[in-house]
Amino acid sequence: MALEFSPEKKKEVEWTLTRYPNKQAAMLPVLHIAQYQFGCISPEVMELVAKTLDLPVSRVQDVVTFYTMFHEKPVGKFHIQVCHTLSCAIRGGSQVVDYLENKCGVKCNDGISKDGKFSITKVECLGSCGTAPMMQVNDDYFENLTKERIDQLVNKWKSE
Amino acid sequence: MEKVLTKMVGIENSQNIDVYLKHGGYQALPKALKMTPDELIQMMKDSGVRGRGGAGFPTGMKWSFLPKDNPKPRYLLCNADESEPGTFKDRVLMEDDPHQVIEGLIISSFAIQAHTCYIYIRGEYVTGAKILHKAINEAYEKGYLGKNILGSGFELDITVHRGAGAYICGEETGLIESLEGKRGWPRIKPPFPAVYGVFGCPTIVNNVETLVTPIHIINRGVQWWKDNEPKLYCMSGHLTRPGTYEAKIGTNLMELINDHCGGIPNGRKLKAVIPGGSSVPVLRAEECDVAMDFDALAKAGSALGSAGCMVMDDTTCMVNALWNLMKFYSHESCGQCTPCREGTHWLEMICGRIETGRGRMEDLELMLETANNIAGRTICPLGDAAAWPVAGLPDKNKGGDLNGQSFVNKFREEFEYHITNKKCKVTIPHEWN
Repeated sequence: MALEFSPEKKKEVEWTLTRYPNKQAAMLPVLHIAQYQFGCISPEVMELVAKTLDLPVSRVQDVVTFYTMFHEKPVGKFHIQVCHTLSCAIRGGSQVVDYLENKCGVKCNDGISKDGKFSITKVECLGSCGTAPMMQVNDDYFENLTKERIDQLVNKWKSE
Repeated sequence: MEKVLTKMVGIENSQNIDVYLKHGGYQALPKALKMTPDELIQMMKDSGVRGRGGAGFPTGMKWSFLPKDNPKPRYLLCNADESEPGTFKDRVLMEDDPHQVIEGLIISSFAIQAHTCYIYIRGEYVTGAKILHKAINEAYEKGYLGKNILGSGFELDITVHRGAGAYICGEETGLIESLEGKRGWPRIKPPFPAVYGVFGCPTIVNNVETLVTPIHIINRGVQWWKDNEPKLYCMSGHLTRPGTYEAKIGTNLMELINDHCGGIPNGRKLKAVIPGGSSVPVLRAEECDVAMDFDALAKAGSALGSAGCMVMDDTTCMVNALWNLMKFYSHESCGQCTPCREGTHWLEMICGRIETGRGRMEDLELMLETANNIAGRTICPLGDAAAWPVAGLPDKNKGGDLNGQSFVNKFREEFEYHITNKKCKVTIPHEWN
């Protein structure tokens, strides 16, 4: 069955469309809204977005595959993105990845942990170099990471 | 020094419009609305403001490129796609002082007579986007946005537009394509955005920090600006107190490192600094006694770029550092132009094999040659940005070839050591707790 936006998301989409002179310009915001609702941009979600914007599905797929933030497959409940660009790297960025892999029970770029909670990726500079090393988990930044801080965070997320 | 751009940072509820008003906010706006757009553009020209995003193009001149006889609507795009490695200053402005950004956007929009403005913010800055969105709503409620702003008859709508993770969308035409709902593939220039920009209309794209400057020029005067021009410096890497610092443009790099950031921690020694975001040539420690402004850094063979200083101490392996940057450019190349798509990939591969002990001595010339074959041969400057850290800036005396003054030649000994000994010359591990 074709997917639909929830009533709340539908309102957001409608408001978004009023902010642009044409529907295609609402592509990124509408994809963000869709990803918040459905968790990833599956082929069915692409169809919904295409229908919403009166565009062929190929246009939507073209965009989804270009941008890092759109996931074509599901990610963990806590999607961890560790910055590994220079300023973070020289302050322990790669050690953060190793430490998280052990803590969360999933390897980097290797799907979701067995409990469904975690996925880990290394990403390029997140604009938080002054507080390196850092990671983004879902929408939030966690900065000046230490082993102790990661322990606290991961233990909290495991119990949620 | 008195803080101008970062005055609100650290003040409780600094994002709130009433707090901004209490601290003298929205005072430049009524003055601007009493000026003519041409007077404002002339003011920007007189003040000599240069773009804060990286290229350093004179802002007033950019604004004056808008065609006078084009009946289409004009757009102002605020480039908040802050993605240059080592750069995090716009985030401070947006998260801690969103109303300064909005006031700057209203004045700039009035100057170029745009009635629609988009803030293209990188997708990862979710917090910043939420704060700006809330601040925009407050500004509408108080009559600073919408129709007939402060009774002037001027009308403006601002919308926050989130990107979705692509460095290339910080390039102005990549940003325009992305805003139109497409891949962020840069356009060939000309036509320049001022003539044919977003939705085919005249468009100005400026960095966040650039767009807040008119507020302070209006409040304090052109002469004050020329004497005291404030600039945000992003200090990261091996520093005791990394962070965003406001200082007069032209502040000495060693003063920023030692006085503002508390120097290099753990008794380590300074080894190198990339002074303007990852795309500019690296400076050796002995080259760091330099004023942080556009001209002095250009003379020193580097660039002010986005003023993102990445500071490296003697625990840093320069081969590994360059490999790290090449991974970045290879990942972020949009794939449109062959020299950049293929070249950045090969630079990553070659640098990687040197780092992992499989390098050949001829790889060093190969890297320099590859960099030279990318630079100047692509639609947008991402190719140049990948080539410059490897092989330095273009040299007019060499017919535009790169001068060779960056990682590979400045730290050649370290690269050669890697190739000969199949291991790193740096033996001090960097600890992370």
